Amino acid sequence: MTGKQREALVDPLFNDNPIALQVLGICSALAVTTRMDTSLVMSIAVICVLTLSNVFISLMRDSIPTNIRIIVQLTVIASLVIVTDQILKAYLPEISKQLSVFVGLIITNCIIMGRAEAFAMANPPGLSFLDGIGNGLGYALILMLTAFLRELFGSGRLFGKEILPLVTEGGWYTPNGLMVLSPSAFFIIGLMIWALRVWKPDQIEED
Amino acid sequence: MQRSPLYTILFATAVCIVCAIVVSASAVSLKERQDINAALDKQRNVLQAAGLMDAKEKLDAQEIAKRFENIEMEVIDLATGEPAPDVDPETFNQARATKDPATSTPAPPNPSFIKRTPNHALVYKVLGEDGGVEVLVLPIEGYGLWKFLYGFIALEEDLNTVRGITFYDHGETPGLGGEVDNPRWKARWVGRKVFGDDGEPEIEVIKGAAPPPAEAPYEVDGLSGATLTARGVTNLVHFWLGDNGFGAYLGNLEQRKAT
Repeated sequence: MTGKQREALVDPLFNDNPIALQVLGICSALAVTTRMDTSLVMSIAVICVLTLSNVFISLMRDSIPTNIRIIVQLTVIASLVIVTDQILKAYLPEISKQLSVFVGLIITNCIIMGRAEAFAMANPPGLSFLDGIGNGLGYALILMLTAFLRELFGSGRLFGKEILPLVTEGGWYTPNGLMVLSPSAFFIIGLMIWALRVWKPDQIEED
Repeated sequence: MQRSPLYTILFATAVCIVCAIVVSASAVSLKERQDINAALDKQRNVLQAAGLMDAKEKLDAQEIAKRFENIEMEVIDLATGEPAPDVDPETFNQARATKDPATSTPAPPNPSFIKRTPNHALVYKVLGEDGGVEVLVLPIEGYGLWKFLYGFIALEEDLNTVRGITFYDHGETPGLGGEVDNPRWKARWVGRKVFGDDGEPEIEVIKGAAPPPAEAPYEVDGLSGATLTARGVTNLVHFWLGDNGFGAYLGNLEQRKAT
């Protein structure tokens, strides 16, 4: 693996994280992170869509007419998202119901359009494939961390398994109601961005 | 890269055709599995409405079939309220019957935007140990804010007290009107009364919180930020439990009980 390939794959995890540095894809990160299982499915869905869209856009990059490139990207992404949604409905109906509109909203997830426009349009398919996986994993990483904290402290569970016995069910843990609500994801992601920038000061933007 | 307009048009057409083929192929090939899932989900909702299944429980197809053992499905004639023994409940599809002009009747103007009512309807009866009907589960549907809501309402033996309500398909805004499928809100329906002293449906989703069922039997807590969905739910419950819906059927059951 050459340096450039490693960069495309690993950089989006910490150095150039789509959520923490580019601050894209926040909407779905707030919505689906109340539970780890929905976050996991969402992450996998985004990784698949992002990787495939990057590859397809990259394959077509020399033939796409410049003036309609955005709409071509959007068509490809939308088709991939619909197929993903159909597969989820067929094989994971329960989770698909919980994710409700958010699978469909992957279409508007800025990470995917952003990578297609910024990376896949200018790089060969192999590299775009790695970039897609890398950015998908970067998104998944933040999503899973947020979901871990929210599910653990909001409902005392992880992947639906009881970890902290709740007061309402005879245990000792009083759940933090804020964690179940979307604003908590804002705080958690904000704190993560802060922590990341303390660790990597070069991510701090100048005023 | 600057290209000729013809190239651009051809390229766009090609992309559209390829994407359309991929999307429709996946939709068609996965349809069968999705239909099975939808049918199971519907049965789960019948069980939930009837209070035979906890919202958190995860049941597989076998367990659902087991809990359905003492549930009797019956097709009834909506206009007369009498059973329709010539229609097989296993194959009867109420949604299809509603769409087909041959098996449905135009509905009078109503706030639920229901255009046609089916001539027949499928009801679920939960039988007690003595064979009597303990809970009656009735299908309901009607317009909310964005789309039709489809669900079930379950009535106790007295045909007045709500045992449960569920919605298995709706397109309301997640977090606002979408809360119609929140178990905590649905639990607020349990124990409320549907019919007032004059026999008309009186139950209503109000604004704000409703007192306990004993004090306010006809009021259900509102959903914050979802006035129109709440109004839609009130309307559709009134429609289906009123004379245009199951009114005749419920009247018959009432009479039979009295004699």
